[in-house]
Amino acid sequence: GADATRGGRRERAKMQGVEKINAELFTLTYGALVRHLLSDLEAVDEVNKQLDQMGYNIGIRLVDDFLAKTNTGRCRSFKDAARTIAEVGFKMFLGITAKISQWNDDETECRMSFHENPLIDFVELPEKLQNLSYCNIMCGVIRGALEQISMRVEVAIEKDPLKGDQAFELSMKLIEYAAEEYPFKDD
Amino acid sequence: DGSHAHLRPSHRPCGSGRMPRETSTLTFVIVGDDTPIYECELRAGGKREDTINYLHEFVLHAALDNVEETIWTTPNSYLKAVDRYYDLTVSAYTTSGLVKFLLLHDGKNDEGIRGFFHDLHEYYIKVMLNPFHTPKTKITSKDFDAKVKTLASKYLL
Repeated sequence: GADATRGGRRERAKMQGVEKINAELFTLTYGALVRHLLSDLEAVDEVNKQLDQMGYNIGIRLVDDFLAKTNTGRCRSFKDAARTIAEVGFKMFLGITAKISQWNDDETECRMSFHENPLIDFVELPEKLQNLSYCNIMCGVIRGALEQISMRVEVAIEKDPLKGDQAFELSMKLIEYAAEEYPFKDD
Repeated sequence: DGSHAHLRPSHRPCGSGRMPRETSTLTFVIVGDDTPIYECELRAGGKREDTINYLHEFVLHAALDNVEETIWTTPNSYLKAVDRYYDLTVSAYTTSGLVKFLLLHDGKNDEGIRGFFHDLHEYYIKVMLNPFHTPKTKITSKDFDAKVKTLASKYLL
């Protein structure tokens, strides 16, 4: 996998071609999206599911963009992939510095934690929306991205500052390495 | 009477007929469109009343017409004193979105009130940036409540 932690120049070279947009615009756009989903779907569980699905659709496309911009070599394992997402991917797309920790023994489960998150600036969850996973889109993005490189995972939000926790914590669990599928049948 | 029904909290007992003789009691209200989205009684010593004084609410509501008129006479956000009731004055401030901050107070404290409104406006903007908040939603954030109290102690009491 790629090592993004060494040296400022390498990191800057990796970020070439990454355009910047106004952070507030991004935050407000996402907020409007969530609110719109809530007024359309009403049920909080449905909204959580939709956010995950939207994230998935973003993730399967975003991973190509990421690979093109960073020239990352092929990740050899789930552990590699998780680290790359946290240290390079999140940094590149959201400006977030994330850390991977709490690996289980066979390296199929871990936690990703981070403190800042542009998606939730100024957001306060009202009383009746305490079950809303406001940032569920992130889980979908990771799931979609990893599926494109043949890893099926489950991602969930374990700790959420909008619900009182100190920092964000996502759990990532590898379900299986999917075999490469050929589009043509061998007959 | 119907037009003031929305200003009356349901649990409040009827006010007595006597003019209240309080010093250093202020009532602060934020009005968006036609309904109050935030109300707060402030007392010296940082004590916060849980029920809003009925008379104060009435005076503030009556002052709204004056506020509307004054808005169009000046490009300033701070409208200063727009109405008086015996020894109580209503000072007002308006945002670009025509949301009105009203303060009912005794005495004269122009600079303090200006500073209070100005800083409050910044906190108000932060509340408005919450995607779950609309110009009509009541502000229920405890954070905002605490900030109002802090600003009041700093500028007004």
